[in-house]
Amino acid sequence: MTAIPQSGAYVNFYQEKRGFLSWLVTEDHKRIALLYFWAISVFFVVAFILGLIMRLELIAPGRTLLDPQTYNEVFTLHGVIMIFLFIIPGIPAIFGNFSLPMLIGAPDVAFPKLNLISWYLYVLGGILALSTLLYGEGPADTGWTFYAPYSVKTGTNVTVAVLAAFVLGFSSILTGVNFIVTMHQMRAPGMSWMKMPLFPWALYATAWIQVLATPVVGITLLMIVAERTLGIGLFDPALGGDPVLYQHLFWIYSHPAVYIMVLPAMGLVSELLPVFVKKSIFGYKVIVYSSLAIAFIGYFVWGHHMFTSGMSGPARIIFSVLTFLVAIPSAIKVFNWVSTLYKGSIEIRTPLLYALAFIFLFTIGGLTGLVVGALATDIHVHDTYFVVGHFHYVMFGGTGFAFFGAIHFYFPKIWGRMYNQKMANVAFSILFVGFNLVYFPMLVLGMMGMPRRYYDYLPEFTLPNQISTVGSWILAIGLILMITNLIRGRKGPKASSNPWGSVTLDWTHTQSPPTLYNFEKTPEIERGPYDYTDYEAYIKKNLQS
Amino acid sequence: MSSHAVSHNDVIHFDPYGKKLGMWLFLFTEVLLFGGLFIVYATYRFMNHEAFHEGSAELDLVIGAINTVFLLTSSLTVALSITALQKGNAKLSVNLIMITILFAGAFMMNKYYEWTLKFEHGLFPGMEHYNQLSNGEAQFFNLYFLMTGLHAIHVIVGAIILLIVAYHIKKGNVTKDRYIYLENGGLYWHLVDVIWIYLFPLFYLII
Amino acid sequence: MSEEHGTHIVEYKFNILIWIDLLIFTLITIEIAQFDFQALTVVIALVVATIKTYLVGTYFMHLKFENRFLQAIVIGVGILFFVVLFFLFTDYLYF
Ligand code: HEM
Ligand SMILES: [Cu+2]
Repeated sequence: MTAIPQSGAYVNFYQEKRGFLSWLVTEDHKRIALLYFWAISVFFVVAFILGLIMRLELIAPGRTLLDPQTYNEVFTLHGVIMIFLFIIPGIPAIFGNFSLPMLIGAPDVAFPKLNLISWYLYVLGGILALSTLLYGEGPADTGWTFYAPYSVKTGTNVTVAVLAAFVLGFSSILTGVNFIVTMHQMRAPGMSWMKMPLFPWALYATAWIQVLATPVVGITLLMIVAERTLGIGLFDPALGGDPVLYQHLFWIYSHPAVYIMVLPAMGLVSELLPVFVKKSIFGYKVIVYSSLAIAFIGYFVWGHHMFTSGMSGPARIIFSVLTFLVAIPSAIKVFNWVSTLYKGSIEIRTPLLYALAFIFLFTIGGLTGLVVGALATDIHVHDTYFVVGHFHYVMFGGTGFAFFGAIHFYFPKIWGRMYNQKMANVAFSILFVGFNLVYFPMLVLGMMGMPRRYYDYLPEFTLPNQISTVGSWILAIGLILMITNLIRGRKGPKASSNPWGSVTLDWTHTQSPPTLYNFEKTPEIERGPYDYTDYEAYIKKNLQS
Repeated sequence: MSSHAVSHNDVIHFDPYGKKLGMWLFLFTEVLLFGGLFIVYATYRFMNHEAFHEGSAELDLVIGAINTVFLLTSSLTVALSITALQKGNAKLSVNLIMITILFAGAFMMNKYYEWTLKFEHGLFPGMEHYNQLSNGEAQFFNLYFLMTGLHAIHVIVGAIILLIVAYHIKKGNVTKDRYIYLENGGLYWHLVDVIWIYLFPLFYLII
Repeated sequence: MSEEHGTHIVEYKFNILIWIDLLIFTLITIEIAQFDFQALTVVIALVVATIKTYLVGTYFMHLKFENRFLQAIVIGVGILFFVVLFFLFTDYLYF
């Protein structure tokens, strides 16, 4: 890569081209990131509202709001949207797209057109998923896992829902391919692999999972379509199929997929911590290798979702052991983060709060994960609210909070303005309290034996359910506050190009908002990504007007 | 002057290796897409050993073998067309691609004929004979139609890709010094071949 | 910074040689299939298919002339698939 053509006056990537149409045909990674941002945010809010509706139904035993069938459809749609349209694409497609090229000193991703195509596939998948509301016998009622044989028998719009997931998988694959090639080919001169920041590294590990795991679920979902349309018995035991094989295939993807969901979040946290501690990340290489180890071992633990499905004894033991193995690199990361904080000059800003919340909530999610990963204990809590609590701690408490943290972190870079930080902290606190009120009772309910996926429950479960429902209102208030504060922040005071005092290229060498190709000229890598010695002088030297 | 006039190509250099790496990554996803079906195949063959044997006996080995030869030969002609272009012989290169596409057509004709026979025998899901099959044998034919069907789609897509590449060679966009698109088209085609290399013994040669 | 994109030309003749090998292996796999080796039959068929794949990959797909990384990931994906099959069959074999 040679010098990037000099531009005269500062023209940021918004001013480069104007008009609605210019966004729909853009190949700029930052604009595509924003396209994703708006689309994903809409879907998140929709699914969030579905979550609130479920909680409202569960405020008291018996039927309050929804009939059983509608409840089944609501939790399925909630799960499908949250998983395939929010958590999986969320961080890579928005913040990966936005900052990956900048973090490695590149003008764009390797395949800009493909990047735009991925977005269109995403939108198509989203529309397909929502369209199931409109016709036939209503949206799928199978749960987001589409387990056979029910998914083959039900009259609801499973076929379209499954095709939506297939299209979304394709979008995810293309993003993965794009990112891998980008990191291989477009790092700035001097940026060896071991000088690459940790968010790109996490995206790298993630991208490999996207490429290598997604096709398996793609074909599995197509088999469901084939089974439904041709009336064949691929997974239907009545016709000689094996429903457990469906579960195998589904989880061969969907367990690695949980690492698609959480690795990018871990990468973001590793990126955020040094900035607000002004100190190098503890154990850079260990974090890199643990990401790769998670991606690799994570491929072989899918069976832990099937302990009660009738797998053979040896298989259950093997998968349980492997599950404990994969917990190790995750735990290592937690120790690294905590050690990074140790003796740092910690500056409490909103993004850091979210990062700390991530560490705390993810740890709870991880520890409860050991309970469901251990063969003996899982038998008791499988398919109870304990599982629902567990994965919300990992996905929402972990990835969701990292996602919010990333918005607050990149906000001044994306929009060149600063939101009201006090209000942001208030919103954070409310979200944090609300979150724990919603989900901690679920862990308790699971231990008490309340099964998941029911619109109703026994009277003895009432109190924790009510706490959880009230918590969901507090969570909603926190979210509304956060969103309004961010929207108003776009008219806030102008932000400098490096308001957090970070030493990574996305902050030191670009404007806020960045120019079309990010850098005036290809940056030269003078130091490691988290080298905070004399950082003030270094930042000043590279300060953008 | 601002950077308005700057286009992507000024900044992002043409990178054949990157494109090739991207293609290989995409091929991996194709391998694993079929991989899912191979997993199902392995499981059901394990569970229905006899039935798969009987099912296989219904397939026509000669047709399968001829198709194998067609695909292997088409793989050769693609490889030759790359050699030709590398040596600067664009015309030969295009002709070799055309021969490849002819073989793809022959493969599809053969396949069509084979499937028609199966239809006439009522072996397609939902047809009379199929409905009388044992569960295991029905499973064999489910997989037979799914896997060879998906493969056939890939043959068609591969042929279209090669046709487009041939057009660009003719137009002079793909040349001796810039042949990555041909190489990538070839890679895709070879993958289609490789998948058939496995499909052939797994369906036609079960003892 | 990108890895060398060396132009290695595989000669016409050599390609044809590979093609003949492939045809021979096809013949072998058909011939062998006439005998019953019990459980080994499918193994033999897969081994022959893998040899053919090796030939196509190495020469037709030019893997022999690619860098180590590309070679490694191709082999890695193959291994990955078989490890997945292995773990899957810890379920089906012990039932
Ligand atoms: C990042 C955010 C979230 C993610 C990724 C997420 C994901 C999921 C998934 C995958 C399921 C399982 C669906 C199924 O069983 O098929 C689920 C269930 C559920 N979610 Fe969420 N969710 C999120 C946020 C929320 C919110 C904000 C609420 C409530 C305010 C909520 C309430 C629920 C409830 C109550 C269930 C259980 C339904 C049942 O088993 O009966 N979730 N969620
Ligand atoms: Cu899992």
